[in-house]
Amino acid sequence: MGNKKPESKEVEQYKQFEKNFETKRPLFKNCLKAFLVGGFICMIGQAITYFYIYFFSFTEQTAGNPTVATMVFISMLLTGFGVYDRLGQFAGAGSAVPVTGFGNAVISAAIEHRTEGFVLGVGGNLFKLAGSVVLFGVFSAFVVALIKTILIKLGAI
Amino acid sequence: MLKGKQSWVFNNRPVITATGVTGGPFEANGRLSGDFDVLFDDLWMGEDSYEKAHRHLLEVATNTAFEKEGVTVEDVQFMIAGDLINQITPTSIAARQLKLPYLGIFGACSTSMEGLALASFFVNYGGGNYILTGATSHNAAVEKQFRYPTEYGGQKPPTAQWTVTGSGVALVKANQGNESGKPVTTSATIGKVIDLGLTDPFNMGGAMSPAAADTILAHFKDLEIDPSYYDLIVTGDLGKIGHETTFGLLQKEGLPIKKEQFKDCGMLIYHEDQPVQSGGSGAGCSATVLYGHLLNEMKKGTYKRILVVATGALLSPLTVQQNETIPCIAHAVSIEMNE
Repeated sequence: MGNKKPESKEVEQYKQFEKNFETKRPLFKNCLKAFLVGGFICMIGQAITYFYIYFFSFTEQTAGNPTVATMVFISMLLTGFGVYDRLGQFAGAGSAVPVTGFGNAVISAAIEHRTEGFVLGVGGNLFKLAGSVVLFGVFSAFVVALIKTILIKLGAI
Repeated sequence: MLKGKQSWVFNNRPVITATGVTGGPFEANGRLSGDFDVLFDDLWMGEDSYEKAHRHLLEVATNTAFEKEGVTVEDVQFMIAGDLINQITPTSIAARQLKLPYLGIFGACSTSMEGLALASFFVNYGGGNYILTGATSHNAAVEKQFRYPTEYGGQKPPTAQWTVTGSGVALVKANQGNESGKPVTTSATIGKVIDLGLTDPFNMGGAMSPAAADTILAHFKDLEIDPSYYDLIVTGDLGKIGHETTFGLLQKEGLPIKKEQFKDCGMLIYHEDQPVQSGGSGAGCSATVLYGHLLNEMKKGTYKRILVVATGALLSPLTVQQNETIPCIAHAVSIEMNE
């Protein structure tokens, strides 16, 4: 890493030339679709939150956990039935960013590597895609908490 | 016989005497479904892993070719084949069951023409009476290795391509002089590895274009002919973007090639409305389209002489993660109808 050679003139020219023929990603359309689908998924999540508050003894603070679990479960089912990857192709970030995308990343790896056995296949690959999300999520939470703790100790907050 | 810098001319005109072409459910819905010998309606093909299904595709294609020609393993001297999976295990394990002397080759998606060129070369010089050659890919097995899990909901850009599930094999036979009405191989051009610095594995067509253009230009220079010699010049799996880029490169070099004689197997195999983005790809792409559709068209008389240029991106998931650029290659074989 870090030893990038300066590009030769030929490479530079070809990259320019090739760009003319590339189909561009329809950026605006993709953003709109991501916004609508992502929003729709969050709306379902909101409905489930209300469901847990009204029908069970959850409060607005505690209803988050069962809601996330339910959403992940639904996305795992949809992945298993082969629907979620199609939704992903349509919605892009709209179905990848919500917690359902996390469920999809975990279960799709599990399905993919089932043929290599439960331990080395499913177990070893379950967090193949989601592992770095977990790692860096936990790590950044730690850093933020550390900063907050220091600020409190210093009496800034 | 060597001609020019990197081409062989096959004076004894080896015959592509029989072919076997298998495909999966997605190919069955494609444009060329009628040109497959066997189509499976399930990606598993009765096996318990995609890798085994991958091998099964090759075995069925091989048996089909043997049956069509009325030969057994005893009559065939060698097998020259390959695929895209690590250490080409599906092909090697199929070879284990076939019990044929075997040369495993890897040229990514150019494997089909690498194999046909070598088989033709051997047969041309009496290295065998029958040589089996072919290439195979299985969408789920290949995507598992090179991309995300198949059910992962990542969005593929419009430059991405769809790996073909299919196997195309051919029996190349020594020409005894009584082979009228059969396709024969007349020359081959072996390509160089070319890398013009593209790194996006979701734009293989763009990366492979310079290799395709280089081999096509070398072919015409070595053989001292021009594109009007061929009814069709067909590339392996450049897809829409690579196809247009290559055509642009060839025009820039001043090659008198016409748009209507220049096609791509990756664009032929599927319908416009199938969700394949830029087109089909994979080792099985050029193999199934050539040994199925194109040879059928030649037998019908649509084409008399074709040049097949199979293109391959010689990358691995490891080189992509280490930010290596994509080295590419293309091999060309000229096929003519024997009068």
